[in-house]
Amino acid sequence: MKIEVMINNKKIAMEIECDEFLADTLRRYGFLSVKKGCDTGSCGLCTVWLEDKPVLSCSILSARVNGKQITTIEGVQKEAREFADFLVNEGAEQCGFCSPGFIMTVLAMKKELKNPTEEDIVHYLTGNLCRCTGYVGQLRAIKKYMGVV
Amino acid sequence: MKVVNSAISKIDGMDIATGKPVYTDDLDNNSLVIKILRSPYAFAKIKNIDTQKAEKLNGVECILTHKDVPNIRFTTAGQSYPEPSPYDRLILEEYVRYVGDEVAIIAAVDEKTALKAMKLIKVDYEVYKPVLDFEKAQEHKSIVHPEDDLHVNFDIGTNKEKNIAASYKTEVGDVEAELKNSEVVVEETYYTQAQAHGMMETYRAFSYMDHNGRLTIVSATQIPFHVRRIVARALQIPKSKIRVIKPRIGGGFGGKQTASVEIFPAIVTLKTGKPAKIVYDRKETFSCTTSRHAMRIKVKIGSDKEGNIKAIDMQALSDTGAYGEHAWTVFSVAGHKTLPLYNQAKAVRYMGNIVYTNKMTAGALRGYGVTQGTFALESAINELAAKLNIDPAKLREKNIIKEGETNPILGGSKEGQPVVLASCTLDRCIEKGKKLIGWNEKYRGKDMGNGKVRAVGMAITMQGSGIAEIDTASAEIKLNDDGFYTLLLGATDMGQGSDTILAQMGADVLETTMDKIIVHTADTDISPYDTGSYASSTTYVTGNAVIKACEDIKNKILENAAKLSDISKEDLMFDGTFVKKTNEENVLSLDEIAQRLSTGEGKNQLIGVGSFGGETSPPPFIAGFAEVEVDKESGKIDLIDYVAVVDCGTVINPKLARIQVEGGLVQGIGMAMYEDVRYSDAGKMQTNTFMQYKIPCRKDIANITVDFESSYEPTGPFGAKSIGEVVINTPSPAIANAVYNAVGVNVRSLPITPEKILIGLLEKNN
Repeated sequence: MKIEVMINNKKIAMEIECDEFLADTLRRYGFLSVKKGCDTGSCGLCTVWLEDKPVLSCSILSARVNGKQITTIEGVQKEAREFADFLVNEGAEQCGFCSPGFIMTVLAMKKELKNPTEEDIVHYLTGNLCRCTGYVGQLRAIKKYMGVV
Repeated sequence: MKVVNSAISKIDGMDIATGKPVYTDDLDNNSLVIKILRSPYAFAKIKNIDTQKAEKLNGVECILTHKDVPNIRFTTAGQSYPEPSPYDRLILEEYVRYVGDEVAIIAAVDEKTALKAMKLIKVDYEVYKPVLDFEKAQEHKSIVHPEDDLHVNFDIGTNKEKNIAASYKTEVGDVEAELKNSEVVVEETYYTQAQAHGMMETYRAFSYMDHNGRLTIVSATQIPFHVRRIVARALQIPKSKIRVIKPRIGGGFGGKQTASVEIFPAIVTLKTGKPAKIVYDRKETFSCTTSRHAMRIKVKIGSDKEGNIKAIDMQALSDTGAYGEHAWTVFSVAGHKTLPLYNQAKAVRYMGNIVYTNKMTAGALRGYGVTQGTFALESAINELAAKLNIDPAKLREKNIIKEGETNPILGGSKEGQPVVLASCTLDRCIEKGKKLIGWNEKYRGKDMGNGKVRAVGMAITMQGSGIAEIDTASAEIKLNDDGFYTLLLGATDMGQGSDTILAQMGADVLETTMDKIIVHTADTDISPYDTGSYASSTTYVTGNAVIKACEDIKNKILENAAKLSDISKEDLMFDGTFVKKTNEENVLSLDEIAQRLSTGEGKNQLIGVGSFGGETSPPPFIAGFAEVEVDKESGKIDLIDYVAVVDCGTVINPKLARIQVEGGLVQGIGMAMYEDVRYSDAGKMQTNTFMQYKIPCRKDIANITVDFESSYEPTGPFGAKSIGEVVINTPSPAIANAVYNAVGVNVRSLPITPEKILIGLLEKNN
């Protein structure tokens, strides 16, 4: 079936299977920042924005996003690099495979939460797994980025 | 040192963080998609496979069964040849030895077609009684490997009729006599579970035939050179016909030290001539690759009443699952890298068997047996401290190995020539760790008055830096025509930052800046040989090779500058930018040298080369301290604080080293408290998704403090030792010790769950 989606502010017509998930469609159309890590909606690697809200693209049927707006990290490179600078400065990107989904969640959190506490931050990001860093380095980066003392 | 020991950022950091397409699956183009039909039984013989219907399906390119593959046994363990792992595998075989073992390879134009074809394959099995309990494997009626052609490269004690994949023994002194003479003996049995790697990028590889009719494999691997050799043997084609390229890797932790997937696209490409790829989903990654070896370790320690340790005996049993990947080596390391910690003991022994069972194969995982050995030995040391009523930190201070001392089983020791420990600040690591966690104030514990008790516990550990006399690496550095360098390496950066720290070392030797060095890793056609990134070897082994290569090219720069300037080499020096006269007057800039050499005038491409292999394996050390809070009613345990102080010699990059420690500690905390690869009664893995297999999430991790007590390792690059593996070993015994100090319950089997603590509390109260 055919759908039309705004991806990173560009209208794209896509041919999809009716049972195809958004993460697969996005990768098929060249948005290779989108990674898959679990197949069960529990790792957060495939996080993109649907209408500006972070969602797990491995758990959303592509048919459902017809006519909607999708943002991947390719579409917010400037903001992503701003945060990535803090992340890389802490050495907390390590293998980097979880970073795109993680950064999309962090950027969404910055828009959504006003003056978050450390606890708020950890809660918001609990769905984003990382096996390399042990999380505390990522938290240091986020606190510096968010201005949380 | 200008660049070494500075906290610079990873050279690939910004690109990998911001989602650039640099990983294996991002680089593939129009490949056939491979799916594997897997055994539903833990142990069976395939009586018949009917693939006719499946083959007729539109879009199916090839279906391979055991009748279609070379009949030569091999191992997928990524180790130097001759591998000490048994050659006990075929690509596909009429026997299936665990739930998930490969039955048929299906390649089709897309995933949907491949899966549809898979459902059309009919298999008749003769089902056997599986060997599932590793403690009963040796006496079991079923023989996991009944074949006659199982091959071992040298004697590792294989006895397949008893399901023994390998056995091992090492002994120094008379253990029985020393134990007899000991005033106090602790004897306990500990169990460590199978652990999953849980790296975020699952296993994947793709392959194609190049313009010269050579098979090219692009793989997320830690061992490109071993993959080339393994595939060549399994497919019976010359190594010269294979090229292995490693792009960016999304985590490895030792999992990608086993060639779990590369053979499948390789054989499909050979059979069809077409590009082919395989991407394991998470379930396959959990249940059809490798995990940590589960072990049972009985520890006996004898000491006098003052806590002077006389003897340590460790008898172990290891579960290698269906195949013997890394079986013998993981096992031996569990003793070899734990016992030297207590070198005051007059006698030590470590021995036991590694058995086959009908479960997923075990393999390499960060810590590589030392993690298992450390849990057992350190727990026993803590139990000895409790029995003697001595502070466990003080017991260690009395018995541990110190700089300048020897031990006959330290890596690289030969009979009668024990290696001398050239660098060690373990005593200072313990001292600093105690301060950081507030040991003296918090030991043994404090009742919080709300049904909860807080307490601290500790453990120490060591690892190695590469494998003595086996691991080797080469480096090449090329001076390009515009005065910058390309550093060619065969090592794998899987996220830990080895490309960066190796370039740091090069930059220091060449007195240049990081932006002047391009790092290229790894492509077996281009890169110099490297055994691979495992065994904590990259900083130490490859690092030493980098230094040699850079010194070599520095010498060549001076030689060639002498020729170009007609000044004697002895009167010249190089400061990284200029070749100068010894009176400091500039003679030639590096740019000019490079340009003139690359033209008709110089006709000389400068390439520096260096190779290194360690005669010893200098151990890094770590002291770990846990503070826990235990709920006496429910057994619930919260980890409040974890402190680790590391001696990894010179810290090459404090930022990256710190993250390595934090990440390894959390993986160790996962093993200590949550992670457990479990099987059903029929042998099916139950923990095959992140829903069932729980790795730590952000909420599980409270405070983590990391610090360093640097030493200087004379054989190491800039004095460095390894760091990658040692960091995972202390959490299990330290947390177990903290729980004991809180509520008096010794949990001797991992993971340390609330249920086990509660059962212990109930037993204690009765």
